[in-house]
Amino acid sequence: MARNKDAMVLLIDVSPSMHKALPEIEKVCSMLAEKKLIYSKYDEVAVVLFGTEETENELTKEVGGYEHVVVLQNIKVVDGQLVETLQQLPRGTRDGDFLDAIIVGMDMLIKKYGETYKGKKRLCLLTNAQFPIKYPLEGTKEDQVSTIAEHMNTHGMRMESIVVRGSLTGEANKSVMDENDNLLGIFSKKTCAKLVHVESPTSLLGALRTRKISPVTIFRGDLELSPKMKIKVWVYKKTSEEKFPTLKKYSDKAPPTDKFATHEVKVDFEYKSVEDPSKVVPPDQRIKGYRYGPQVIPISSAEWDAVKFKPEKGVKLLGFSDAKNIMRHYYMKDVNVFIPEPGNTRAILAVSALARAMQDMNKVAILRCVWRQGQGNVVVGVLTPNVSDNDNIPDSFYFNVLPFAEDVREFQFPSFNNFPASWQPNEQQQEAADDFVRMFDLAPPGKEEALPPGLTPNPVLERFYRHLELKSRHPDAAVPPLDETLRMITEPDKELLSQNGSVLDVFRSRFEVKENPKLKKSSRRFLRDKPTGSNEGHADISDEPNSSEYTSAVKVEKVGDATPVQDFEAMINRRDSPQWVGKAIKDMKNKIHDLVEDSYEGDNYPKALECLIALRKGCILEQEPKQFNDFLRTLCIFCQEKALSSFCEFLASKELTLISKTEAIDSEVTDDEAKNFLVKSEPKME
Amino acid sequence: MEIDPDDLFRDDEDDPDNELFQERESTKELVVYLVDASPKMFTTTCPAGDRKDDTHFHVAVSCIAQSLKTQIINNSYDEVAICFFNTREKRNLQDLNGVYVFNVADREYLDRPTARLIKEIDNIEESFMSKIGSQYGIVSGSRENSLYNVLWVAQALLRKGSAKTADKRVLLFTNEDDPFGSIKGVIKTDMMRTTLQRTRDAQDLGISIELLPLSRPDSDFNVSTFYSDLLGLKGDDLARFMPAAGEKLEDMKDQLRKRMFKKRLVRKITFSIANGLSIQLSSYALIRPTLPGAITWLDSVTNRPLKTERSFICADTGALVQGSAKRFQPYKTENIKFSVEELSEIKRFSTGHLRLLGFKPLNCLKEFHNLRPSTFVFPTDEELIGSTCIFIALHRSMLRLKRFAVAFYGSSSRPQLVALVAQDEIISAGGQVEPPGMHMIYLPYSEDIRNTEELHTGSNVAPPHANDDQTRSAAALIKRFDLKDFSVFQFANPALQRHYAVLQALALEEDEIPEIKDETVPDEEGMSRPAFVSALEEFKQSVYGDNYEEENDAVGNGKASETSKKRKAVSENAVKESGNYDWVDLADNGKLKDLTVTQLKYYLTANNLPLAGKKEALISRILTHMGK
Repeated sequence: MARNKDAMVLLIDVSPSMHKALPEIEKVCSMLAEKKLIYSKYDEVAVVLFGTEETENELTKEVGGYEHVVVLQNIKVVDGQLVETLQQLPRGTRDGDFLDAIIVGMDMLIKKYGETYKGKKRLCLLTNAQFPIKYPLEGTKEDQVSTIAEHMNTHGMRMESIVVRGSLTGEANKSVMDENDNLLGIFSKKTCAKLVHVESPTSLLGALRTRKISPVTIFRGDLELSPKMKIKVWVYKKTSEEKFPTLKKYSDKAPPTDKFATHEVKVDFEYKSVEDPSKVVPPDQRIKGYRYGPQVIPISSAEWDAVKFKPEKGVKLLGFSDAKNIMRHYYMKDVNVFIPEPGNTRAILAVSALARAMQDMNKVAILRCVWRQGQGNVVVGVLTPNVSDNDNIPDSFYFNVLPFAEDVREFQFPSFNNFPASWQPNEQQQEAADDFVRMFDLAPPGKEEALPPGLTPNPVLERFYRHLELKSRHPDAAVPPLDETLRMITEPDKELLSQNGSVLDVFRSRFEVKENPKLKKSSRRFLRDKPTGSNEGHADISDEPNSSEYTSAVKVEKVGDATPVQDFEAMINRRDSPQWVGKAIKDMKNKIHDLVEDSYEGDNYPKALECLIALRKGCILEQEPKQFNDFLRTLCIFCQEKALSSFCEFLASKELTLISKTEAIDSEVTDDEAKNFLVKSEPKME
Repeated sequence: MEIDPDDLFRDDEDDPDNELFQERESTKELVVYLVDASPKMFTTTCPAGDRKDDTHFHVAVSCIAQSLKTQIINNSYDEVAICFFNTREKRNLQDLNGVYVFNVADREYLDRPTARLIKEIDNIEESFMSKIGSQYGIVSGSRENSLYNVLWVAQALLRKGSAKTADKRVLLFTNEDDPFGSIKGVIKTDMMRTTLQRTRDAQDLGISIELLPLSRPDSDFNVSTFYSDLLGLKGDDLARFMPAAGEKLEDMKDQLRKRMFKKRLVRKITFSIANGLSIQLSSYALIRPTLPGAITWLDSVTNRPLKTERSFICADTGALVQGSAKRFQPYKTENIKFSVEELSEIKRFSTGHLRLLGFKPLNCLKEFHNLRPSTFVFPTDEELIGSTCIFIALHRSMLRLKRFAVAFYGSSSRPQLVALVAQDEIISAGGQVEPPGMHMIYLPYSEDIRNTEELHTGSNVAPPHANDDQTRSAAALIKRFDLKDFSVFQFANPALQRHYAVLQALALEEDEIPEIKDETVPDEEGMSRPAFVSALEEFKQSVYGDNYEEENDAVGNGKASETSKKRKAVSENAVKESGNYDWVDLADNGKLKDLTVTQLKYYLTANNLPLAGKKEALISRILTHMGK
């Protein structure tokens, strides 16, 4: 175990400018600890904060300086308490000096492990690097950083820096940031350090590797260009799906008093003859059968081994081809990376020359691979160049598996040009689509690309580990809702939607989608439910009843009792006929009227208010201010007549007003009039 | 509500396969191939590149053989029948003239393909003339109508199976565009009328009839002469029916092969675009790995299939556990329990919906952004009218602006971000190569991506990058070694081919297993061309320098000798250490278990035995070796 034991020091900037990003940092760090508790529970972690009011570290006691750096947690094996610590980081008050923190972290690692320690030592810096570091006593800042970097190298430490920028932190001095970026850049040039800039909370959650996976080569050996020319390469996985943890089946048979019960369930297989179910066939009397059409053909393993396909181990080049011959959608599996044998200058050069030439000529290489001796099949795949822009990293290739002839189904689809004219977009529609595709942009020039796969965490795993942690404290904890930050992965960005409101509206208005009237309601439901499978029968109901997206799919036709606000919004948004707006407003008015009239000691008032607010919003959007204003006036008169004036007071207290001219141009009500409407109506009662 | 635990804990990877499996169960296809065997099919040939010309009959039969092989490999439950018409002999249940239903032993006329059927259809041309014979079935002076007859036979065969669970199809191969050309007058119109009526009846029964016309080089197959009425083609459809039938045989084969398979839907997806605007898409699995079929356990004595029974047993008490609904994960010091419902809740995000998040330029989709085979989506107006129009508009914009869409796909097994890449239609002489639509590419999350390139950084010397000269010599090599017209379809899977060749040989009880050519081995001949060899030498010289050969060998030898030296030292040491123990005595007194694993391994190493396994395994291996 000791061999795989890693040590990690988290260096977290808690200065005031970081406060906005800290909630996300708490999440990602606690997830890191949670995963360590499962996958590498002997790892050791320390937490160092900087930018704090207090100072608490060994270096300051020994040599002085290093102010505002606090060791929150000394190096120790991960435990539940660490998770809790990381979930509630104290907020600091000072500007942070990240270099001080790095030195404190290094000092802790050196003191604890010395030079002989075999495990990996990692520093992880989370900061916005907005404040200048102190000038060293002698030499320049660059020199100082270089010296530290060399130290780091000699002690075999790795550093990962995550620099938070953009909307997550406030405005800052650009020259300071550039200087700091430059300094941190020195680390990544001189040592095995990684530097990532993140601008959105989602990418912050994805930036930190929360689970350590020791890389294993799939193949080490020759990439054979021909029998006469070979390049030494190592092949690793580049992508590999991090699976949902496989949970074990739980058995509750053991008595609760048994402290050593494993509660595990073993699976036992028995093979019985079909004719006589009581007869169990022993393993040595079993033989494998393969289907061939309607026949099942028995063949023993020994026989099979003698005749089966046995390719020789080796990776061979079949040739080069134009990149356009290999379509992106042919890629079959997760991706491998071919790197030249480390330290082998010739291999590095050969790979580099090929990769660069391939990139220039827009070519790819086709390979035939047998990774191991005894592998049952060959793999045919495509090598694409990965030219590195970092001087420290050699050029390499990505490898994707291609399908065999048997794997491709050549289904024929009608050409779009052959569709009837009514299905073809007209010029206006095409223009709207062009604008939509152009403006609804996730990678606008000059800004960070939104949701890049490399920085987008898996929301399912995040939810699982959070639930696990909750359950460890309260066994009955309910499944937590999806984290707000991670919601950005599953839903369109609200900001982007509102920025492009007009483009969207044009797009929406130019196209029409309606349900096929020929299909019966029942068959529609059937079609919708069938593909999702049995376990999701109720998914449609629980699936966000609040979103107008969902309700519009069902096509609300009246304002119901359960969710009047949502129904109203859905109806008013229906674009298939202009009458829906009128009907929605009318229905809503009746609903509010009923609610007020039926209320007992004001129990319906909050609900009525919600409805009124929705109605007000709807009337402003649809340019129908008069409808709302008239209704509110009648409602107030009605309330005064029926001795329900408490509702008017309630409204006044919530500052609900008439729609004024400034809000909707068609309104005849001035701002003052609107504001005073309910206030005025009160004295009348006295 | 019933929840199947296995469904929830199913490995995500087999999800796509599972979809396919389910669909296969629910719809099976019944196909009757009708092959014109008139003398015209044997006399007309079409040029086949460098080889000798092939007859139309051969083209039709080889296409059928090919599709049967694919069917049997895919383990499908589809059933087929093969009928020849315009034959001398007759064989059919109705005893109609000019129709011969081809079959082999142990098989009904309409049944799943067997090994024997494939073999015999492969060799049918040799014996066709003697056994079945070819003659025109529709001649003036007789009232025989072989086309009518064969349609009747096909319809009768397809009476099997209900229309709900089976797709019934008739595929007609012919090169005669005017089957009633040889007769005239009332008899002709009468024959045409009855034949058309027969087709209508069949179609009313839910049988679809498709024509696979074979064109002669001198004159194109004219669909409108007769068959457009039979198939009910009108206007646009008619124009689309014959998309530039190729001159070459290969193209024709290509086209036939593509049209013989009916496309199968995986599922329908609601694609919500923005602010409540949704359209509907159908998804298809165009590319999925084909694997050798699953193993069925048999009783080696009787060769009868065995039933597998699975039981769950509590590890603590040994009691039988009935369908446990709880799972647990050890965490901190305890076991945290989850119910199946909770786990499905954790994974649930907008199930079944595809939600548009925005667009990105195509260069944001990196080569390593891939995890699984892609899924193809095509619009459908079946439930939401207007879907196709929106889809086409977006498709065109995305192609023109070189952008792809990023969307969140709430699949039940793994909710995931996907890239939707628009694919324009590509047509070659052989028909559609790439259908128009979008490919859904499953994107990795940050957890799924590894920074393996950076693993070996950190040495003080920066790794070299190739200079321009070296790159140029690499470019020269690449030019010399270009696979023109490479297509991903060109390699058959050698392991799969071998697998089925073995099965076929065993099924037919043949002694010899046919050799399968492995198409994936490099082209040695091409590599020995002088131009290539010299380009390679130049490249080698440029990146490896002069004395590559010797150094390489030296490095290799050095390494090998070092490891072998080490190995030798270890074994010598083991022999020495092993001598310190009285193994026989230890074994006799059962004291082996008191030794450490290291000590046990001395014996194993000294005697060249495997070192793997747990302590018990080591002990038993030692005992076996001593013969105890």
